[in-house]
Amino acid sequence: MEGTTKQEQFHAEQIIIPPMPETETKQKMRSTEKTKDHKYIELDKVLDSYRGEKGELIRVLHSAQKIFGYLPQEVQAYVALKMDIPVSEVNGVVTFYTLFVTEPKGKHTVNVCMGTACYVKGAGEIMEKLKEELKLDAQETSTDGLLTVRSTRCIGACGMAPVMTVDEEVHGRLNPADLAGILKKYQEQDAGEEHDKVN
Amino acid sequence: MQVKSMIKSIKDLEAVREKYLPSIQPRLGEANKKSETHVLVCSGTACTSSASQAVREELLHQLQKHNLEKQVKVIKTGCFGFCQRGPIVLVQPDNVFYCQVERNDVNKLVEKHLMGGQVVEELLFQEPDTGERQQKMEDIRFFHNQQRVLLKNCGLINPEDINEYIARDGYFALAGVLNQRPADVIDQALKSGLRGRGGGGFPAGRKWEIASHQEITPKYVVCNADEGDPGAFMDRSILEGDPHAVLEGMAIAAYAVGASQGYVYVRAEYPIAVDRLEVAIRQAQEVGLLGKKILGTNFSFDIGIKLGAGAFVCGEETALLHSAMGARGEPRPRPPYPAQEGLWGKPTIINNVETLANVPLIFRKGWEWYTGQGVATSTGTKVFSLAGKINNTGLIEVPMGTSLRTIIFEIGGGRQGGHRFKAVQTGGHSGGGITEENLDRQVDYDSLKEIGSMMGSGGLIVMDDRDCMVDIARFYVEFAQEESCGRCTPCRIGTKRLLEILQRITKGEAEMEDLELLEELSYDIRDASLCGLGQTAPNPVLSTLRYFREEYLAHIRDKHCPAGVCKELLYYQVVEEKCIACGICAKACGVGAISGEKKKPPYKIDQEKCVRCGACLAKCPKEAIIRGGLRVTAAAAAVQEGVTKHAQSAGIYTNA
Repeated sequence: MEGTTKQEQFHAEQIIIPPMPETETKQKMRSTEKTKDHKYIELDKVLDSYRGEKGELIRVLHSAQKIFGYLPQEVQAYVALKMDIPVSEVNGVVTFYTLFVTEPKGKHTVNVCMGTACYVKGAGEIMEKLKEELKLDAQETSTDGLLTVRSTRCIGACGMAPVMTVDEEVHGRLNPADLAGILKKYQEQDAGEEHDKVN
Repeated sequence: MQVKSMIKSIKDLEAVREKYLPSIQPRLGEANKKSETHVLVCSGTACTSSASQAVREELLHQLQKHNLEKQVKVIKTGCFGFCQRGPIVLVQPDNVFYCQVERNDVNKLVEKHLMGGQVVEELLFQEPDTGERQQKMEDIRFFHNQQRVLLKNCGLINPEDINEYIARDGYFALAGVLNQRPADVIDQALKSGLRGRGGGGFPAGRKWEIASHQEITPKYVVCNADEGDPGAFMDRSILEGDPHAVLEGMAIAAYAVGASQGYVYVRAEYPIAVDRLEVAIRQAQEVGLLGKKILGTNFSFDIGIKLGAGAFVCGEETALLHSAMGARGEPRPRPPYPAQEGLWGKPTIINNVETLANVPLIFRKGWEWYTGQGVATSTGTKVFSLAGKINNTGLIEVPMGTSLRTIIFEIGGGRQGGHRFKAVQTGGHSGGGITEENLDRQVDYDSLKEIGSMMGSGGLIVMDDRDCMVDIARFYVEFAQEESCGRCTPCRIGTKRLLEILQRITKGEAEMEDLELLEELSYDIRDASLCGLGQTAPNPVLSTLRYFREEYLAHIRDKHCPAGVCKELLYYQVVEEKCIACGICAKACGVGAISGEKKKPPYKIDQEKCVRCGACLAKCPKEAIIRGGLRVTAAAAAVQEGVTKHAQSAGIYTNA
């Protein structure tokens, strides 16, 4: 990247999937076919279950993200090949929707609701405090890879604003002072698991 | 649940109703033969997040312990609407409404109420102003002024049991419709005056009529459950509390237009709603209320689920169609309308969740009855989600035409702790703020439009004197900007420029010309954008400019934020005569902006270094630090004059 301006670097990062001739893609896929890990086998099952149905790309991508945790370019290319649609189209869909991510996420995802009801009840302060607690700046994931913090659109729990979710769990009527306690639960839980692994 | 025998005729349907009615009777306030007591535990998203499931488990555990399982049934229900006081537990047929029930309270509830027959006073709702405890749900002011027609099953039936829906006359409207000609069905839909509840207010019957005239087949029915409007959760509650009503509505619409396949397009952010929908569809298929030859007729119809993936624009119908087909959710120009050319180029009607939930009601009770609800041009009831700076937040249903004052001050319990009501935002980011002077207007599609707002999907966000209207406008435009799909230039670039101007204003960097530019640009975006998202994106700006122009002027001319929200316009000051020079503030400051010597008051805040985090204000034991919107020079003068007096008149906030 030496010699390139910041602007160019930015553009370079934007191009997620390098243009690959189709034969090369297929070759690459064939080689993964041999050494398929269990994740791809699982993805195959999903793809099979939607075979013949129209317009199921988004559902497939949801499942793929559940399996892989995120949607790296290989997975996008694999889905494109298997569903017989151009990679560009798959990538177009992945980058259009905010729920799809192309970077690995932390073990748990914290979503701070930024809907209006939450905003007027101080969601902005919750977000700031979270970033401070986890020492996040521009990046979304804590350095230990445990927690990813993102903002989300209204999750419809406006009666309990401000609200955030940690994975599927909803925490409502938040106060910046509560955050450390909530995060601690996940941090300790993780430490416990690590401890178990060592033993 | 066990697979039951197929329902092939209206007789079968009646048999199911007969069989299961006794099992829900206690919940209707009547004793059944077994004299059962039913404990209803709310399992909507809000109550679930306040641990209603732990309460339910504990209840089951305690009932088992006391051997009460036979007499007392614990029922998982949909949303009661009183989300703020969750978890909600309702004991029937005693009709005792408990709120904020925690796991530790279950013991008391079981021993005192269920075994001892005495009401547990301390778990009853207490009216915030009078302090009066209310035992019955309908006596609570939050419920008293409501008319729960559409939500009658929410909080009453188990949404995961189709038999309970049938026991409440579910699927009888469909059975009735199947004996009529499709044209007559459309005619009744038109006569009912039902208008789209998703925001636009387009007559539902008109849509059906257009689609029915198309000769191309197959046709589709799509339920729009992409409730993206921030601060609105009506559709989610209906899907979670009464999913079969939506399915029945879709089936009736399908019969009217001649469709054979339906889809529910639902947000992936609503996992509980998706689960309940899946269960409901499976159960309806199992008994033959969805599928081939429904109720012994030649009508066949099935429903699938399509998941969104987090794009607000997909609530727009043409964008939704693209997304439902698995593509990028970008809108396209209309016409052709989806009713002419929709999914895979075929005629498709798209109705919102609440609209479809109204359909069975119209055909069960008759359009004549339906037009008797609400007002002439807006018939029926409307579900609103009430949120923001208000005492009772939650989900409510009122007849169209109810005044905002009734909604906010009666049902919503009014403002919080002496703060002044400022505005209520209707229609989310597409709508506008409504001020005190218009609170007595009736809420219907047309009268809201007259005052520069819109019905929208039904989110009502109440704001008080702690909210800065310029900041709110900025928040909404930021939302629209982030959600702009980029398809058309006015929206993609226009909202960006609009946001930049608003940011300049909230940072105190704007000039007076910016105000004109803001207005001009707003009209341009409104007139030139491709879809509803862009066309309505400037509405919050136009509406706040109309009603809160002086706030804009304060930001631009005086570099002052009257509500004390805009950070860049805030200044923290030490009140000399209150400061005891303890040094706590200096310690609390993360950027070293506070200096002074212990025991030699006052400490001083360096405005250049200060990042306005408010840590000093929070820590000061003597309330000697104040936050205000005045510029440093003016504030310094104020300090000399005796701050407290001046602070009040200038709207400066003190720690108190």
